[in-house]
Parts: sequence; C-alpha cells; structure tokens
Amino acid sequence: MTTRTVLTIAALTLREASRRRVLAALVALTVVLLTLSGWGFSRVAAESGLGTLTSGEARLVASQMLNLVMFGFSLIAALGTAFLAGPTLSGETESGIALAVLARPIRRSAVLLGKWLGLVVFGSGFVVVAGLAQCLVVLVTVDYWPPQPVAALALLAAQTVVLLTLSLLLSTIISPMASGVVAVGLFGATWVAGVVGGIGEVFDNDGVASVGTVSRMLLPTDGLWRGAMHGFQDPTLLAQFGEAFEGHPFLSAAPLTVGYLAWSAVWVAMVGGLAAASFTRKNL
Amino acid sequence: MNVAADPTAIKHDAALRAATELVAGLPPAPAVWCTGLRKRYGRRQAVYDVSLQVGRGEVVGLLGPNGAGKTTVIKMLLGLVHPDGGEAMLLGRPAADPAARTQVGYLPELFRYQPWLSAAEVLALHVRLSGVSVPAREQHDCLSLVGLAERAGDRVGGFSKGMQQRLGLAVALVARPELVVLDEPTSALDPLGRVDVRDIVLALKARGVAVLLNSHLIGEVERVCDRVVILDGGRVAASGTLAELLGQREIRLHLPDLPPAAEARLAATGVVERVGDWFTVALPADDDGAAVPDLVRDLVTLGARVHAAEPARISLEERLLGILRAGDGGDQ
Repeated sequence: MTTRTVLTIAALTLREASRRRVLAALVALTVVLLTLSGWGFSRVAAESGLGTLTSGEARLVASQMLNLVMFGFSLIAALGTAFLAGPTLSGETESGIALAVLARPIRRSAVLLGKWLGLVVFGSGFVVVAGLAQCLVVLVTVDYWPPQPVAALALLAAQTVVLLTLSLLLSTIISPMASGVVAVGLFGATWVAGVVGGIGEVFDNDGVASVGTVSRMLLPTDGLWRGAMHGFQDPTLLAQFGEAFEGHPFLSAAPLTVGYLAWSAVWVAMVGGLAAASFTRKNL
Repeated sequence: MNVAADPTAIKHDAALRAATELVAGLPPAPAVWCTGLRKRYGRRQAVYDVSLQVGRGEVVGLLGPNGAGKTTVIKMLLGLVHPDGGEAMLLGRPAADPAARTQVGYLPELFRYQPWLSAAEVLALHVRLSGVSVPAREQHDCLSLVGLAERAGDRVGGFSKGMQQRLGLAVALVARPELVVLDEPTSALDPLGRVDVRDIVLALKARGVAVLLNSHLIGEVERVCDRVVILDGGRVAASGTLAELLGQREIRLHLPDLPPAAEARLAATGVVERVGDWFTVALPADDDGAAVPDLVRDLVTLGARVHAAEPARISLEERLLGILRAGDGGDQ
C-alpha cells in the first residue's frame, strides 16, 4: 500500500512537472545554453588553432568553461527543483488540494517520499541529460572528454537531490514562495562561502578557509559541486597549473572523500526525516 | 512441529473461532464515533469536548454558526488535524490509523483538485490512493451522477467553482464509501445543483451509506438528515433526531370573530399565540393525530368560522436560533 502510494505520488509529481510546462521551459533553457556554449567552445578551438593558445592552455580553458557551463546547469536544476518542490507541497496545503488527497487511507510520510522521489527523478534526470549533452558538445567542438563523466554527473545529480530535500523541508514549515527563495538563497550563500573558503586556503588563513569547510558541512551542495568539477576537468592540468586551481571558483584541486559522500547521504536522510516529521505533525 | 497434535494449540484455535463468531454476531461499529475531542489553536480553544456518533446508514447533520468548530471536528475525524485530546473511531477503526479511511469519502469545504489533471484523471488518482479497485466504467458513472460526464476529459483548471464542487462530490463517492463526509457540499452550487446533492444524499441513505453533512442550509439538513448535532462555540449545544429536536407541533388557524367559548376550547388544547385573527396553538406532545380534527370539529360546533387551518412544526431554523440564543444568554 505504502509503495503504491509513493509510486503514485512520484508519477503525479512528474506529470505535474510536464503538464505545467516546467519540463518544456527547462528543455528550452538547456537548448539555449548548449547552443551558446557550443558557439563559445568552437571559438576556443578556433583561437587554439591559430596558435595563440598552447594545447595545455586550451585544455585548461575547456575545463574551466565546461565547469562554468555545468555550474549554469546546476543552477537551473537548483532553481527549477527548489521552485517546484516548494509549491508542490506547501502550495497544495495552502490551496486545499492536499485535503482531499490526505483524507485517503495513506500516510503523509509516503506522500512526502513520493514527492521527493518524483523530484529526484526529475531534477537528476535533467542534470544528467543536459550535462551529457554538454559533454558531447565539448567533445565535438574542442575534442575534450572529461575523465570521470559518470561520477561527475552523479555528483551534480546528488547536489540537486540535496537542494530539493532542503526545499521540501522548508515547504513543510514556511510558505511556498518563501521556501523556494530561502532554498536558492542558501544554495548561493554556500557557493559564495565555498569561494571565500578557497581564498582563505590561498592565503593560508585557517579562519577564512574554515568558512568554506563549515558551510560545506551544513549544506553539502557546494562540496558535491566541487567534487563534480573535479570529475569534469583534465587531471594532467593539476600538475601543470596546480596553483591556478587553489581558490578558483570553477576548478577543483581535490576529489571528494568517501567520508564526505557518506555525510551527504546522512544529511539527505536527516533532512528528509525532519521534513516527514514536520509534515506529519502539520494541521491542515 | 505438528500444530494440530498440540492440545494447547487446539484449545487456542477453538477459543479463537468462538471469539470470531462472537465478534461476527455483534452489530457493526458505528460509522463515526468520537468522544471528548478537543483542539486549541494558539490561545483560541476551537473545540472543547465534542462527542458524537453516526450510525451505519444514518445521515447526520452538523449545524452551527461560523467558527463553531464544525470543520475542525470533521478534520480531526479524518486525521487532517491532530486533536489535543479525545478519541475517534471511523467504521470501527481508530481514526489515527490511515486504514480507517479506506471506505471514507470526503468533500472538503475548501475543494480544490489538481488543475493540470482532467476530471477523469482526478477520479483515477483517488481510486488508486484509496486502494480499492473500481473499473473505469464505474468511475465514469460517478462523473455522470454529478453531471460532469461531458467534461470527463477536460482539465480541472478550466472548471467553474460549481463544477469543481461537483467533481469533489464525485471524488467523495468514487471509491465505494461506507461513510461520506460532506463539508458544505452546496456552497458553490446553483439551486438545481442543490437538489442534485439532496438526491445523492438520499440515494446514499437508501444504499445504507452513512453521511455526515455539515451545512449552513438548514432546509437541506431538515430534508435529508435523520439526526442533527448542533455545535456552538466548540461544544455540542444540542443533538437528537429531528422529532426530538423539533418535537413540538403547532396548528395555525385563521378565525375571525371568534366566540369566547371557542377561544376557551383553543386554550384548553395548548398554549395560544394570537396575531390579529390568526391563532397559533401548540399541540400536546402525546398527540396521536386526533387533536387537529377534534379541535376543528369542536370550533365549528361552538360557532367559529374556520377560514384556514395549517398544521405546522417549529422549523429547525427556529429551533437552532433558539438554542444558539439561549447559549449566548447563558454565556452572559
């Protein structure tokens, strides 16, 4: 019964995303971004061909640009899922749609899990498909293929999962609009804190560096994003341009540790559990 | 291990069979049973101590002014609002257990359905969530019953308020409920729609489905309900069958130039109220139906000219207002 509820609600969430033209909007945005980046990468190839860039420099530029565009995708996914996750739960509670649904013989936690699952499939699916398309664009234009595309795309998807889990928790507590704004705001703040922390590392300032570390623990989006970047960029560059990687917002010096991945999983389970507890106790 | 050979197991088996037979022989549990329900929102006590019961196949009306706690009571029964105290059972199961709602249909006061789905898809979704297998044909019949058969494939987003309420009614009825809870089911409907709802409730009653009906339309409640529970300020102000609540019957008579002897005959029947030539006489509670013909015959014999005789009953509205005003007086 619970499994059927979870799958029914997950399918309903996906149907909502497609019927409300969220999917269409995302596809249009992705096509624009892919076209622009394809054009950009083809220019890099042209410059490199003229001999103004060495092959190493060209790879560095390609790695950086790939990470930059991927950041764009992760931002779209973050905004998309955050603004989808908020209204889908608190919006339904506010409008009254939830009343008829939750009066059925189903557990609220199962409804929440179904929403979460639907959003995970939607957000991760988008990131993986758009990211893969971007990798192919780069391959065609500058003949560069990232070293660990699967791991990198999986980490991007994980970043989306973290953010939508947070959005779901927020949407059980605050209004639909506020939950989207707060989730995206926190996502941006963590990214900035990560950059600040990187600058701290460059200047060997432990205090400033710890800003990034602490924020990456509190909200694992930036940590996972840095892990994903590491999977997209050319590893041989690390030896050549090691210094350029330190504190760089679109290059990552180190891969993710297993411990951090485990922490991210625990974080998602914890925040999801809190969301379920909060939603179950709510008076409708 | 051979269970059949174990004498303890055989004894246990026999006891279990006896218990099952005993339970099977009992009348079914009421459709709704609750006692001592309480709910506080912040500093405001919305529901104090509400106990009520809806028997199987019974139609019970929930009446009361705005803010009386009617919707909160309904939401507590359906697990949508968590009570601070008290107990509730639906169809013999604790209301806190989601499975208790398997055979319950609900039309909320705030009726909204997924605007991106079609009417038929909304019904299919609710059938799936209820865990009951209802063929597509039967689901379509349900839409026909509420007058939406033609719009089955249209998106709910394009529906008027009245159509959405009709859809809500279909959602409440689609999963073969044993109990239907209707919270203001006609608030957005035109007079024809109200008649449809009345017919649907009467059809449910005929099929033995229990209905808990919250409505401001007293006439509606009076026509379809077996019993009425009146809530005021979060408490049950009165409850009972219509006959119990409206027990007192009256007769209104138009009697110009009434002779004193005939007036004395009127007074002997019961309390008389006079407005001009119109006399309203309360009939005795133990009246077996003879009081009105006997009175009219005697009045004519005593020389009165009877222009009109209208048997009347205190309306539910008058009774409700009486109870609510008495409650207000008590508070002061």
